[in-house]
Formats: sequence, structure tokens, C-alpha cells
Amino acid sequence: METEFLSTMVLTFKLAAVTTAILLVIAIPLASFLVFSRMRFKSVLETIVSMPLVLPPSVLGFYLLLAFSPASLIGSFLTEHGIRLAFSFEGLVIGSVLFSLPFMVHPIQSALSQVPPSIFEAAYTLGKSKIETMGRVILPSIRHGLISGIVLAFAHTVGEFGVILMIGGNIPGETRVASIAIYDEVESLNYAMAHQYALTLFAVTFAILLLVYTLNKKSLGNIR
Amino acid sequence: MIIVNITKYLDTAEGKINAHFELSIHNGEFLTLFGPSGAGKTTLMRMIAGLEKPDSGIIEIDGEVWFDSSRRINLPPQKRNVGFVFQDYALFPTMSVRENLLFAAESPEERANVAELIELVELSQLAERLPATLSGGQKQRVALARALVRRPKILLLDEPLSALDSSMRQKLQDELSLLHSRLDITTLLVSHDIAETVKLSDRLAQVETGHIKRICPPMEFFSPQTLSGKLQLIGEVLKIEEDFPAVIVTLLVGSSIVRTVLSSNEASELRVGGHAIISTKAFNPILIPLP
Repeated sequence: METEFLSTMVLTFKLAAVTTAILLVIAIPLASFLVFSRMRFKSVLETIVSMPLVLPPSVLGFYLLLAFSPASLIGSFLTEHGIRLAFSFEGLVIGSVLFSLPFMVHPIQSALSQVPPSIFEAAYTLGKSKIETMGRVILPSIRHGLISGIVLAFAHTVGEFGVILMIGGNIPGETRVASIAIYDEVESLNYAMAHQYALTLFAVTFAILLLVYTLNKKSLGNIR
Repeated sequence: MIIVNITKYLDTAEGKINAHFELSIHNGEFLTLFGPSGAGKTTLMRMIAGLEKPDSGIIEIDGEVWFDSSRRINLPPQKRNVGFVFQDYALFPTMSVRENLLFAAESPEERANVAELIELVELSQLAERLPATLSGGQKQRVALARALVRRPKILLLDEPLSALDSSMRQKLQDELSLLHSRLDITTLLVSHDIAETVKLSDRLAQVETGHIKRICPPMEFFSPQTLSGKLQLIGEVLKIEEDFPAVIVTLLVGSSIVRTVLSSNEASELRVGGHAIISTKAFNPILIPLP
């Protein structure tokens, strides 16, 4: 029982960590595009990014499940190449990345939009490329947005339920994360175990958020 | 020698215009773009820096082509080696004063410039501070020093002193003048402050909606020779009081207040906030030395 608890917790945070890392890589260029591009289809992209905020997780999960199934185009292509996404950890990662996308993109997008254009232009006139400007000037100055994005995406992935239930099921050690385990334990009237999961999630998420707020306050204090 | 001959379609407050700027700047010269806001001064400066693209024309500096629409050449700002000082300073908030300057430096030689420039603009005491902890005047000095690290071919100053109070303004004008004569960098300034223009510039380019109307030494512009006065001062009109049959006008000249009496006819073209030349024609002014 105890090892199952541990492996579930490890899986939960592994999923959250992998999802957050992937999101960070995707979200920075995506948010920059949303802020600086003047293309027409921008609002369509913006809508797609924000969809997971309002869409029931089961809807996303349902369509992902269909897409992953060997009967579908994508699924059959993947099966041919020996990749199975439904009811697997990799499938969960894809689902979580899509589902937590706005939580990472929005804070970065709003932080980026507050950087005055002259900051970019100053770096360009000093001979710096766009990439170097982003890495050395812009990202450090929007670190609060980055931290918020990381924390929100991480916490949101830890707390995810619907998408995972739809595409991951409840396979111990593979797709069974803490939020599913709680539901499962309650269903089988195993309240003590449910408590153990719930309390752990509660304590860990509280600690993470507290740490972030404390750090943020400190670095803000240094500037003022 | 910098040669600019460009056109751009501008959407200004006075409607859409097809702007055409033609201008040449000598090496080491201090040229001021003078004119009302919305005339296109800043746009012209941004086109020289490569931050905005002209519709057609050429920009050439010492034989090096920065922009030529007929040959499809348009160097990005990174390749132009300009020093640009923005109205809002645009300092990098997470870097200290020294780091802001070092960011600009690429060669060991430019890194050596950093120490010298910090000294020159009197920022040694503040070198490790973050921009947010500096006053407006200090920030402006950092922005200026940062723009000079790479020894640019041209220094572009977009109303750099407009956000400062008058005493800080005057101090920085002096510093700017000193820096210009020491480093001998070709400088283009956008300003609508008369005192600043007269004090700093070799020549003035009068910009009117979308074109340069006239280029001449600043004194010639502000005090036309037809006046041939013995004593001429430029002042800002602070107050116009009707006191029948005359009008009393109060002006600010430098930091002194001057009041003078005019006929209502003479005063009819003056307005509060505008500038005027005070001149005496017939008599020698009397100078009394102050203790």
C-alpha cells in the first residue's frame, strides 16, 4: 500500500514537472507571437490557447482519446510506428500540456506586453540580435511572469482530473495520479488512504505557492 | 558625412501626408531637428536608426549605404552602429548601471570605454545601482553613456531632456555639450526647447509637417538679421496683461523675469507660452557689475 502511495505521488509530480518544462519551451515563443505579431489569424490562435479555460476537461479528453485510438488517422499512424498514447504516460503529458497551456501562456503574455517597445529597440540599436535581446534583457525582466506561469501550470497539472481520467484511466504506476487516486479510494470507501493523498497534495501545493510568493516579495522589495 | 533623402507616408495629427526629408549632416556636427510635435522629427530619427523603414530613398553614411530602396538595401538597426537615446531612457531594469553599459560593449576596447564613460558622466558612485533606484537625470546620463559605448557613427537624441526639471536640464545640456566636443560624435537632437537648441547645436533644421523647411545656424533662425538690434534676448511669454491703452508683457529670460510695456497692436501677435525676442535698438544697454 505504502509503495503504491509513493509511486502515485512520484508519478503525479513527474507529470507536472515534465508538462511544465515542455510548456515553458512552447509558451515563450507562443506568447511573444501573440504580443508582437500583427497577423490576422492572431485572435483565432489566442482563442485556441484560451479554450481550455472554459472547455470542460472531458471534452478535450474525449477528442484526445478519439485521436489516440488506432481507429483514427493520427492513432493509426502512431500505432504503425509503435507509439501508444491512449492510457500511457506520454499521452497524459500531451493532454496536460494542452490543458494547462493558457496557465503558462497568459502570465508570460501579460508580462511581455508590459515591456516598453523602447527596451527592445535600445538593445537592437546596441547591436544585439532578437534572440540575444530576449535571453539577456527581456526574460530576466519578466521573471515574475515566468515564475507565475511555472507555478500555475505546475499546480494546475497536479490538480488535473477530467482529462487524465478520459485518456489515462487509472493504471497504477503508469497513469494513476493523485487526484484520480483520491476519487478511487473514496469510491472504495477507503477514507484513510484518500486523506493521505489529499493532505499531501494540500501541503505540497501550499508550500510551493508560499515559497513563490515569499520569493516574489523579496525580489520586488529589492527593486523598490 | 551623412546623406538622408527619404520619403515616407505618415499618418499625422494633421492628416495623412507624404513626408519627404532631405538633409546632410557633416561629420562631428551637432544638428537639431526643431519643430512642432507631429511634424515627423522622431520618425525621421527612427528611420535613420533603422527602427522604421522609409518608403523610398537613400540613407548613406561616410559612403556606407544603410538604406537604398532602388537597390533593396535596408540594414537592420544592429548593423548601423548608431547610439539612440530614448525619451523614456529605455534602461534595462535587471542590470546595474555598469551592466547596462557593459551589455553594449563587444570588443575589449569598448569594454575599456565603459569605465571611462562612467567616470565622464559622473556615475562612479552609482555604478552598481539598478536603474529603478536612480533619479530622472541620473537615468538620462546612463542612457547617454550607454549609447556612446560603441563609439557610434551618429548619436540620435530623441527629446532626451524633456522629462527633466529646468535646473537638471541645464546641467545635462552642459554635459552634453562637453561630451560632444570631447568625443567629436556627429549628433542629431530632437528638441523644441529654444535655449537648448541655441546652446547645443551648430545648425538647426526646421521641420514642418513632413519636410525640412530650412537649415541654418540657430541664432540666425531665432533672431533674423532684419532686426539688427544692439541687444537681443530670447524669452518665454509668461503673462499678457491689458492695461489700457498699453499691454504689460511678462517674460522669462534665462532665470530672470522681465516686464515690458507694449502697445496693444504690438502685443497682438504674442501669446502666453510662446517665445519672443526682446531687443533694444536705439540705446546701448547699461551693464552694472554685480558684487
